[in-house]
Amino acid sequence: MTVEQFAPLMFLGLILVMLIGFPVAFSLGALGLFCGFFAIHMGWFPANFLGNLPLNVFGILSNELLLAIPFFTLMGAILEKCGLAEDMLDSMGQLFGPVRGGLGYSVIIVGFILGAITGTVAGQVIAMAMISLPVMMRYGYDMRYATGVLAASGTITQLVPPSLVLVVMADQLGQSVGDMYKGAWGPSILQIILFALYTFILSRLRPHMMPGVPPEARTLHGWSLWAKCLRGIIPSAILIFAVLGSMGGLPGIDTAVATPTEAGAMGAVGAFILAAIHRRLSWDLVKEAMGGTMRITAMVVFILIGSRVFSLVFQGVDGGKWIEHMLSNLPGGQVGFLIVVNIFIFFLAFFLDFFEIAFIILPMLGPVAAKMGIDQIWFGVLLCVNMQTSFMHPPFGFALFYLRGISDSLFKSGAITQKVESRDIYLGAIPWVILQLLLVVIVIFVPETVTSFLDKPPVVDLNNVQIEAPTDDLNLNNEAPDMNELFGNKPEPAAKP
Amino acid sequence: MNPLLKLCALIDDINTRFGTLANWAIILSCFISCGNAVIRFGFSISSNAWLEIQWYLFALCVMLGASVVLRLNEHVRVDIFYGQISTRAKVCVDIFGLVVFLLPVMGLMAYLALPQFLKMFANNEMSSNAGGLIRWPAMLLLPLGFFLVFLQGLSETIKRIAWLRGEFEMNLVYERPLQ
Repeated sequence: MTVEQFAPLMFLGLILVMLIGFPVAFSLGALGLFCGFFAIHMGWFPANFLGNLPLNVFGILSNELLLAIPFFTLMGAILEKCGLAEDMLDSMGQLFGPVRGGLGYSVIIVGFILGAITGTVAGQVIAMAMISLPVMMRYGYDMRYATGVLAASGTITQLVPPSLVLVVMADQLGQSVGDMYKGAWGPSILQIILFALYTFILSRLRPHMMPGVPPEARTLHGWSLWAKCLRGIIPSAILIFAVLGSMGGLPGIDTAVATPTEAGAMGAVGAFILAAIHRRLSWDLVKEAMGGTMRITAMVVFILIGSRVFSLVFQGVDGGKWIEHMLSNLPGGQVGFLIVVNIFIFFLAFFLDFFEIAFIILPMLGPVAAKMGIDQIWFGVLLCVNMQTSFMHPPFGFALFYLRGISDSLFKSGAITQKVESRDIYLGAIPWVILQLLLVVIVIFVPETVTSFLDKPPVVDLNNVQIEAPTDDLNLNNEAPDMNELFGNKPEPAAKP
Repeated sequence: MNPLLKLCALIDDINTRFGTLANWAIILSCFISCGNAVIRFGFSISSNAWLEIQWYLFALCVMLGASVVLRLNEHVRVDIFYGQISTRAKVCVDIFGLVVFLLPVMGLMAYLALPQFLKMFANNEMSSNAGGLIRWPAMLLLPLGFFLVFLQGLSETIKRIAWLRGEFEMNLVYERPLQ
């Protein structure tokens, strides 16, 4: 066997090993180590390859950027339990309720705001469904619309900064988290506009699907209604703007006074304060939030460790070149590449989770995209938009799964009178998946949706790109990889002044 | 009770204690990081030691927390097939994965990391940053953490075999971790 044949075999092994269903962190690591042994046996790798693995793990753990993961998770975990979702949905629902489709708009807007302050799709879907599903059912909303809008608006949290996946992507693509966040604002806002537009059109074409709530149903009026709306939104908005602003994660702010990690830590401390103001800060809340944060962090970083072991070996046997060779000869240049990659990711999202795609697949695609001169921020945000569909795909979509669970318990407790069928949840999700795909297409053909929010003007990007990446030497580059660079310790992040 | 199951209970107990430590590490790290930012902004003082303690605690959280995640069955899986099969088949998949994937990998990683730690410990290696911390406490977390996950894997294997033989009851439901 030659090295050239080995990379495709490894890729095949990757698919098989993951499908077995054992936790990917360990099966990936095992596959990587096994292939590493084989490569050493064949003489492709130096024997000290294995000895350097712990230093690689050490490099992951000492990466200050990854600290942002637990901090933003902690912030979300505390804010999730503060009752913000309940307050906002109740007041916004009353505000927009009398309009046709108004409850839908309120779910979309609250989903966006919650997306910025909490971090988990599951938490968001559950919180929103608890409040809004019974109200929507009571006033005769179409079941499929109701479940679809809840699942889709819960999913948006993965795209709206400060999302964990954007942190991981920034790390994998070697970009700054601040830029990644800036770039993600455009598509997130576009997405809620698309959702609202769909709701508007549907409410005109099929008014019976989303009738206006009779004005008698309002318990709050005038000023007190507005006050309640603002009381829900303003503190969280201040917190999120302070956090993102201080790390340079908002469009127009290019001076970061804090690192993303510190911004996350300040956000978490701010969340404690906000919870105390809302009188929700309790010992149980802290313990629960801390345990949940630890488990997510350990789980995520272990996948990173496993996939690092795998990708070190995979890159060592020129797997990167193999993938590059397959993808760089596609017709249509950049756009052709992006279309193929996005179709690939879309189908992968049926089987894989967000995290698995971001950690395992992205390191394979990122370098190819960079060589083709694709803006890395644009690429990352684009894939992030696409990967949202992994939550929405029937029948395995995570958001749908949680919606199913919560609607069953709402039915049992008598909060909704009609049982929500799986069929309705699945069919209800389809239009929203299509809307998300529409957004993917928009972002592919209008890169400005991402790049115009970054500091540097996009025009300069394109010029640089053409100079930097002459396409004809893509496949002629047969130099042996620099073993020290591949297997050596990852350089430590520079100490801050 | 079977002595092996007693061993499992002991392992679970040890790892739960380390897990509690991991829980606290995050909160502590969070307050330190926030304090660092505020002090740097307010007084223009920064210390590499305080910056480094942040990721020491992060490493502690990850390496000592992973075994708890394993016990709670929260490491993420691809459940396209796994979600469809019977509980018995799931347990068989788990035992296969534990024995073929997890135990060798974690054992080997612990084995490889140990000499690295000993080397750092013997040389009293310091951080390359001015005023930084000594390195070995962070490096110690690697062999320790991998070994703890190895132990937990052993415990999970024994418990699942006991379950197959009808000697042990356990919660085998897999739910994807919150995202």
